[in-house]
Formats: sequence, structure tokens, C-alpha cells
Amino acid sequence: MADTVADTAPAPAPAAPRAPRPGPRLSAAVRENIAGWLFVAPVVVILGLFLLLPILMAMWVSLTDWNGQGSPFRPGVPFVGTENYTRLFTEDGLARQDFMTSIRNNFYYVAIVVPAQTVLALGLALIVNSRMLKGKTFFRAAFFFPSVTSSVAISVVFLFIFANSGAVTSLLKVFGIDGPQWFSDSRGVLHLLLGGLGLADPDNPPAALTDGGPFGLSWWEWLSGPSVAMCTIIMLVVWTTSGTFMLMFLAALQDIPVTLEEAGMLDGAGRRQRFRHITLPLLKPTLFLVLTLGLIATWQVFDQVYVMSQGNPAKTTLTPAFLSYQTAFRSFEYGSGTAISFVLFAIIVVLALLQRWIMRDRDPARRTRRS
Amino acid sequence: MKNRTVRTAVLGAACAALLATAACGSGFDDDKAAAPARQSAGPAELQILIGSSGDAETTAVKDAAAAWAQKSGSTATVTPAQDLAQQLGQAFAGDNPPDVFYVDASRFADYASVGALEPYADKLTGASDFYPSLRTTFTYDGTFYCAPKDFSTLALVINDDMWAKAGLGEGDVPTTWDQLREVSEKLKAKGVTPLAIADTRDRVGAFMVQAGGWITSPDGKQATADSPENLTALQYVQSLLKDKLAQFPSRLDAGWGGEAFGKGKAAMTIEGNWIKGALKADFPDVKYSVHELPAGPKGKGTLSFTNCWGVSAKSRFKQQAIDFVEAMTTVDQQMAFARAFGVMPSRQSAKDAYTKEFPADAPFVNGADYAQGPVNAPKMDSVLADFDTGIQKLTSSDPKALLERVQKNTQAALG
Repeated sequence: MADTVADTAPAPAPAAPRAPRPGPRLSAAVRENIAGWLFVAPVVVILGLFLLLPILMAMWVSLTDWNGQGSPFRPGVPFVGTENYTRLFTEDGLARQDFMTSIRNNFYYVAIVVPAQTVLALGLALIVNSRMLKGKTFFRAAFFFPSVTSSVAISVVFLFIFANSGAVTSLLKVFGIDGPQWFSDSRGVLHLLLGGLGLADPDNPPAALTDGGPFGLSWWEWLSGPSVAMCTIIMLVVWTTSGTFMLMFLAALQDIPVTLEEAGMLDGAGRRQRFRHITLPLLKPTLFLVLTLGLIATWQVFDQVYVMSQGNPAKTTLTPAFLSYQTAFRSFEYGSGTAISFVLFAIIVVLALLQRWIMRDRDPARRTRRS
Repeated sequence: MKNRTVRTAVLGAACAALLATAACGSGFDDDKAAAPARQSAGPAELQILIGSSGDAETTAVKDAAAAWAQKSGSTATVTPAQDLAQQLGQAFAGDNPPDVFYVDASRFADYASVGALEPYADKLTGASDFYPSLRTTFTYDGTFYCAPKDFSTLALVINDDMWAKAGLGEGDVPTTWDQLREVSEKLKAKGVTPLAIADTRDRVGAFMVQAGGWITSPDGKQATADSPENLTALQYVQSLLKDKLAQFPSRLDAGWGGEAFGKGKAAMTIEGNWIKGALKADFPDVKYSVHELPAGPKGKGTLSFTNCWGVSAKSRFKQQAIDFVEAMTTVDQQMAFARAFGVMPSRQSAKDAYTKEFPADAPFVNGADYAQGPVNAPKMDSVLADFDTGIQKLTSSDPKALLERVQKNTQAALG
């Protein structure tokens, strides 16, 4: 057994010169390749059948006007080309408006959640990792706990906490603040901020901003910021996910050799300098991982929206993932729904690549050393 | 060499994938080809999918189905759906729909327009006995498709204790918009929120009907949202909201009007007859009375909500399915359902028996004469959801602009 594995496993590696064997017509390299493919075949078949194939089928559906009756692969299903996609971008109508609203909502959501959860996770990890802290296990478990709880259960709990007579509103009342009606408040916080600073009146926005704007939404609408209702979802998600990412940072922190830290101390580096010049650079791969995972997960936010708000109030918690579901399964426009999910997929891929490019290693010396 | 092998392998995998697709594809077709010729008589195995309101309804329908099955020698399996619209969508996509299922009036046109429903309703005995407004609701392109199961209408529900505390008597029950405003002001002066009204076209729409307007023309072919009648209605509702004479339930910490009403956060609400069961279960101590909605400038108006017994166009047992629906819509059976879970019979001939047994429900039943059903046109779901969004922001937005937006979207959807 061990023999065969050793013989056949490294399929992609260029064949090293080997003693010829008697008998077979095929060369050793080809046999190795075939065996290699045979070994990976189960995974290829499973991935192909349950991942690639459904994606291709969905891709086909997104090019049709299938109405959900019978199989979408029958003759007679109207093929509409890229119309489902162009409708999201070029046609002035409800489809584009909803889609762009959902993009706007999700953009603000990502822009707040990803930095917030990363910083919070790093902070928690540093605290839990510090040698001064007593009861580390307890804090580790406490911070990690929200991550392992069902997102639906947590969402329901947050519904209660943020209800108009819930804990948060009561707490604010103690401090004499009349809190907002969280889940029914569709006002954008950026609008509120502009109003608070006296730069613009939310009830009577400046005409320069309301008159036009890209993709069917006015500049004023684009600049709304997340709504108050969306902020509750943002708080919920930051709280639940930072535990997971804390664990990743913690693992990376514990990998940093103490000797480096001590060397820094000997060189007279202060606490802050050590963090800035030793810890942070060594955490870079983990930081990349956390940011990428965060970016992907936040663009796909669905369950919290489904449980807590269903896109309400006033579509300010509508996200592309939820809109895709709604379009396909509520309005029976499966083509539009799948088109939205493919656009979402493209957005995530482009942003992940962009982020990779921004965080690329700019130190040529190190790069050569690595390769 | 290696490259070619890789290519062969990839090609092989692609072939396998294609074969798998083909197998799936033919699977869909096989089902159809292999399906036995449509049986028109004899024992059948009916699959029935219902969107149940609760255990009471599930049990009642199961019992009725069992009785029918025993009599006809068939079997009937009743399954309550978790999410009826989604489950039906999946069943249609998989070409394996249940034989009989509930169809919500607001989704009816979507199903009828894609040919999912069997237009059987005119074949039923006493098809003209169903209320005309309900027949219209389930008529698409001039064909009466499916039999209304039962129906609900909206009415004004008043909390008797709060009413009395504000010094109001039975004679003060509002019958016009002006009176509604007057009593609301009196209630507000006593420090209670007068009216809880849900922020959706399914409640606010009643005012549009009372003003003589609606979102679409009666045949569902024209958009009529941007009309002076609708504007009057929205302006009236807006004025109530702005003066805090009416509040949306979410502002009163409630999920719907009935909850706000039951918790005593509002003295009146506009809800359907389902509020009876809800109040009995959750707020048994609330004393209330039900009245017809106040009339608007163009007279009385309310909204009706209903389901029909849809029969799948692809059912193998159409005849038996229609038999089943026939049995479910007899006057006796409808009265049994009414007793079990508080719905109103959809047959006019059952009206007298019903009002005799449930005299307090007369305002709901009377609503059938002037009720407007949901928008009866396909592809309107997102448009109406967008209208709801506008209604949620009604206090701070311009009703005229909102109606123009709905008009534009409706025109685009109707094509």
C-alpha cells in the first residue's frame, strides 16, 4: 500500500528519471498521471456534480426567462441572452433601482463591518494573549461564544434587545437619551450626520444632490449611509464574527517567537514600537486571511437580513444576496435572481483580487528570499 | 505528454458532467413520459399542500380529506407547508407539483399566467354561488380558474374599554372619514393612540378603495395608481399619521395591528377576521367590537383576502382533484371549517347560516359586497413591495410622487 502511494501520488510533479519497469506499454509518466487522476477522481466528480454543475446550470438559468415551470433545460424556455444582466445596470426600472439600493446598503455594511471586526478581533486577541491576564480560558471562551451560536438564534435575541421597549432603548433612557426606533428607522446615519452638522437638511435635501446620480439612484440616496436599522445588523455581525477572527489572530500571535519580542526589548523598543514593527508585520498573512474572509462573508450577508428585517424598513437592509432570493423565489423571476447572484460573485472576486494587490508584498528582498 | 493526459482527463470529466446533466435532463422528461395516462376516475393518490394558519386548520383539513378519501376510495395526503410560495415554486420547477394546493389571491395571477393551474372552477356545481368579488379575484384572462376556499375582509376593531374611557358611546362609531378623524382626536386628547394601521397596501389600500381608486383597473390590464382618488386617500392617511391619530404597529412595538390593539397600545385597528382567533389566544381579556370600515368620498370599501383550491395543470388525477375540491367547498364543509378555525365561507348560500352562528362577524361578511381583492396581475410582487416601502415612509414623503412611482413601475410590469 505504502509503495503504491509513494509511486503514484505526486502526479503533477515532473517525472524524475526512474528505472524502466518490464511489461507495460505506457511510459511511467503516463501511468503515474493516470493513477494520479484516478486518485483525485472522487473529489473531482463530487465537486463537479455538486459545485461546478449547479453553477453552470445557474449560469444558464441567468441567461433565460425561465418561469419556474418544469426543467429550465427544455426546448421552449425563452433565451434572453444578457438581458437579465443589462436590466440590472442600464434599464431605468424597478429591477435596477432595487439592485443598486441593495449594492449601496451592502457597500456601507462592508465598509463598516470589515474594519470594525478586524480591529476588534485583533484587540481581543492581544488582550487574551497578554501575559498579564488571568482567566485566559474564560475570556477566550466568552469572546468565541457568539461565533459558535446559531446566527438565527442570535438574530432573534437582537430583535428583542433592540425592540422599542427593549434593553438598549431602556439603557439609553437611563442616560436621558431618547433612542431611535431601531428596526423601523429607515433614516441613513450619514444623512443624520450631515443634518446634525448643519451641512444638509435630511427633510429637504439639496437639489444638487437629488437631481441626478449614477444607476438610477440620486447622489443623495447613494450618500445615505447605513440606515439605523442596518446599524443593528452591523453591530450584531461585528459582535458575532470578531470571536472567530480573534481565534485566528491568537494562533498567529502565539506563533511569534518570544525571542523576537525580547530582541526588540533589548534594542530599547517601546511597547508601541514593538507592536508596530514586530507584531504587526508578522501578522500580515493572518490579516490578509481575516480581511478576505470578512470581505467575502459580509458581501454575502443573508440570514440576519432574512430573520431580522426582510429588507425592511424602506429597503434599507436589502442586500444583493437577499434580493436574489426574493427575486427568484418570491417573484418567480429566476433569471433575474441568478443574474444578481452572479454579479455578486463577480463583485466579491474583483474586490478580493484588489485587496490582494493592495496588500501584496512590496519588499523585493523578501520576495526573492521566499521564492 | 503530461499536458495531453491532463487534457484527456479534463475532457473525460467534462463528458461525465455532461452525461450527468443529460441524465438529469432526461430524468425530468422520463417522469412525464412514464406518467400513466391521466386517470379520470377510480381511486387516486392525491397530494394536498396547504398553507395552514395553525394546528386547528391542519387538523380540520386533514379530517375533511380523510372523510372524502374514505367515501371515494382514494387516498389524500395533506401536508402543511412551511413556506407555501417557496415550496410550490420548487415543486413546479421540479415538474412534480402537488395535485391540490392553496393559492393565495395575491399570487394567483403569477401561477395562472404561467399555466400552472387547471381552470376547473366553472365545472363545479354552483360555481356562480361564490361571491362575485371572489370570482373576480380568481379570474385570469376571462377564465374563472379555481374555487375560493374562504375569505377574510378588513373591518374596524374597537377596544370597548378605551372607547368608553374617552367618553365615546355606541353612536360614536365612525361611519365616515370625517367622523373617524373626530373620534381619533377625542381619543388622542385622552392620551391614547387612536388607530393602529399596518404600513402596507393591504391596509392603506382600503382607503384607496373608499376613495374610489385602486392600483390597477378591474381587468388587471391597466395601471391606475396615479389617480386623484388614490391621492385623496393617501393624503388622508398621511394626515392621520402626521397628527399621530394613526400609528404603524412597528412604532407601537408590535408586529401587526392586532398585537398593538391587544396590548392596549391603540384604541382601534383595521384588521381582518383572523384577529378574533389571535385576540382569543393571546389577549383573552380585551373587550372589543367589530364594525364596518368608515366610508370614504366614494362610499364603503374594504379589502378581501382569500385563498383558492388550486388544482395542478400537471396532476395525474385531475378529475379526482376536482371532486375533492367540490367536497371541500360545500356549504356544510365550509361551515365546519368556519367553526374549526374561524374563516368565512366563500359561498353566498352559506352567508345566512354563518351570520346566524357568528352574529358578531356580520361586519366582516357584509364587507364581501364591496370588497376589493388583491392586485390581479402577474409580476406585480416587486412593484407592490416597492409601494409598501413608500407607504412606510408616508409621513415624510410626497404621496403624489409615490403614486407616480407606483404607476411607472406597474406599467412596466404589466408590459
